[in-house]
Amino acid sequence: MEWETVIGLEVHVSLSTKSKLFSGSSTEFGAPPNTQASIFDCALPGTLPVFNEEALRMAVRFGVAIGAEIGKRSVFDRKNYFYPDLPKGYQVTQLDFPTVGKGSLTVTLADGSEKVIGVTRAHIEENAGKSLHEEFSGMSGIDLNRAGEPLLEIVSEPEITCAEEAVAYLKKLHTIIRYLDISDAIMAQGSMRCDVNVSIRPKGATELGTRTEIKNINSFRFVEKAIYSEVARQQEILEDGGRIIQETRRYNADKDETTSMRSKEVANDYRYFPEPDLLPIVIDDEYIAAVRAQLPELPDAREARFVEDYSLSNYDAGVLVSSRELAEYYEIVARSSGDSKLAANWVSQDLLGLLNKNNWSIADSPIQAERLATLITRIKDNTISGKIAKTVFEAMIIDESGVDAIIESKGLKQVTDSGEIEKLVLEVIENNPEQVQQYKDGKAQVIGFLVGQCMQLSKGKANPGQVNELLREKMQ
Amino acid sequence: MALDKAEVEKIAHLARLHISESETEEVTTRITDILTLIDQMQSVDTEGVEPLAHPLDVVQRLRVDEITEEDQRDRLQQLAPASEDGLYLVPKVLE
Repeated sequence: MEWETVIGLEVHVSLSTKSKLFSGSSTEFGAPPNTQASIFDCALPGTLPVFNEEALRMAVRFGVAIGAEIGKRSVFDRKNYFYPDLPKGYQVTQLDFPTVGKGSLTVTLADGSEKVIGVTRAHIEENAGKSLHEEFSGMSGIDLNRAGEPLLEIVSEPEITCAEEAVAYLKKLHTIIRYLDISDAIMAQGSMRCDVNVSIRPKGATELGTRTEIKNINSFRFVEKAIYSEVARQQEILEDGGRIIQETRRYNADKDETTSMRSKEVANDYRYFPEPDLLPIVIDDEYIAAVRAQLPELPDAREARFVEDYSLSNYDAGVLVSSRELAEYYEIVARSSGDSKLAANWVSQDLLGLLNKNNWSIADSPIQAERLATLITRIKDNTISGKIAKTVFEAMIIDESGVDAIIESKGLKQVTDSGEIEKLVLEVIENNPEQVQQYKDGKAQVIGFLVGQCMQLSKGKANPGQVNELLREKMQ
Repeated sequence: MALDKAEVEKIAHLARLHISESETEEVTTRITDILTLIDQMQSVDTEGVEPLAHPLDVVQRLRVDEITEEDQRDRLQQLAPASEDGLYLVPKVLE
């Protein structure tokens, strides 16, 4: 039987406010345990929540960016369950009236095609603390620094049909969130987490199959692998005549398999009710318009502008806008060097290659945009060849001095003096009589070999155009 | 709508409340009374009435995003039955 997969994603993003959602505790990452847990975060009786306006603004900013309906009246609810890292015994979240309603994202797939994926909603809620089970004999340790930090949970429509689309959706979401500057969205650090709902059904069926939820996946690659492995597991069960149990599963990357965590059928009874300690949040059109007016240029618009203004291919523009910092870096290089295409090659290949190899971000780059622009300028004004530029680029990684100083001190300046080039050419002609004869006999492509010899002799510094010209002249 | 004893026990378990055998009957009756009141409210025609999330007709005041709390860990941990290395210790929980 042929099957089709239906996937919905729930993405939790940590909003990068300075203080918590309902208290004035700091949200700074990495503080010693419980030093950022106030009496409210510890749920001492009598404490009350006061809502952080910045969390609201960030949620609305996201909503406006994905063209979503904005809830002008949002209401908080209590989701009740007991776990020690949730000291109140309930999580404050938004059930029926979320701040962000229906919107959508457009993703580009590997074959270049585009697909619109619906976002059902995005609601504001509070994070739980952290439980440590390892080091305390017979006890669990609780750190409440994270308790009460603001989260935005973004729920997709079940419109994703394969692992590739899921990853494309996540990456797009990640890019938009970074452009909006509402979260670091670092999956490895937990500031962006993903729950995947997966089910399969016979191809063409209209009813959904029973789904499982894979919790807390912390990298794009694991999302992809978890989906492959879970789809294979479900297919095997169904083809053997079994039935899928609706449950929460966890992805084990070492074994590349999902395993059951707990059965949702019994555990999932959260007894939601409106949070009596918080009043409805009301915003007006003016508020929404003000947030919209402050939106930065978003990745899709920037990609289109790069194609238009810098004559880049859609692919190159897509690579360059994939992070806001990279796009900004590229623009400086393109403008300062005056050669947008050369700039695109250097940024997307040499610079990105360097960063990826060392696991650096743009901010870590030892080569700043202005320096790379100068390097490109030196290729264009014939101070160095494109090939020597690679050597200069390597030197720039460890040498902080100016591009010109490096070229000078390493003696890499292109030789354009015709006297010197003539010497090179004559030497090469003398040492390669066989090839010279072949050229004279009409084998024109031998010129390439001879130019190569001259370049080698000059250690790459000779101007290849001049060499070529002079060689032809001398061999006439 | 009436609740049976098993449902009351389940609700009590979810709320981590201990209800003794002798109390169960009374609790069941009292919850059922509440539900009967809700049934009565459900039968009222509310066509055109906006749902109400809070009895007060006011909206939430917002707080400026500023750090106003100081570290009070030492004082707070004096209230806890057990702590170690700055962590609150609780009976081991594992899913």
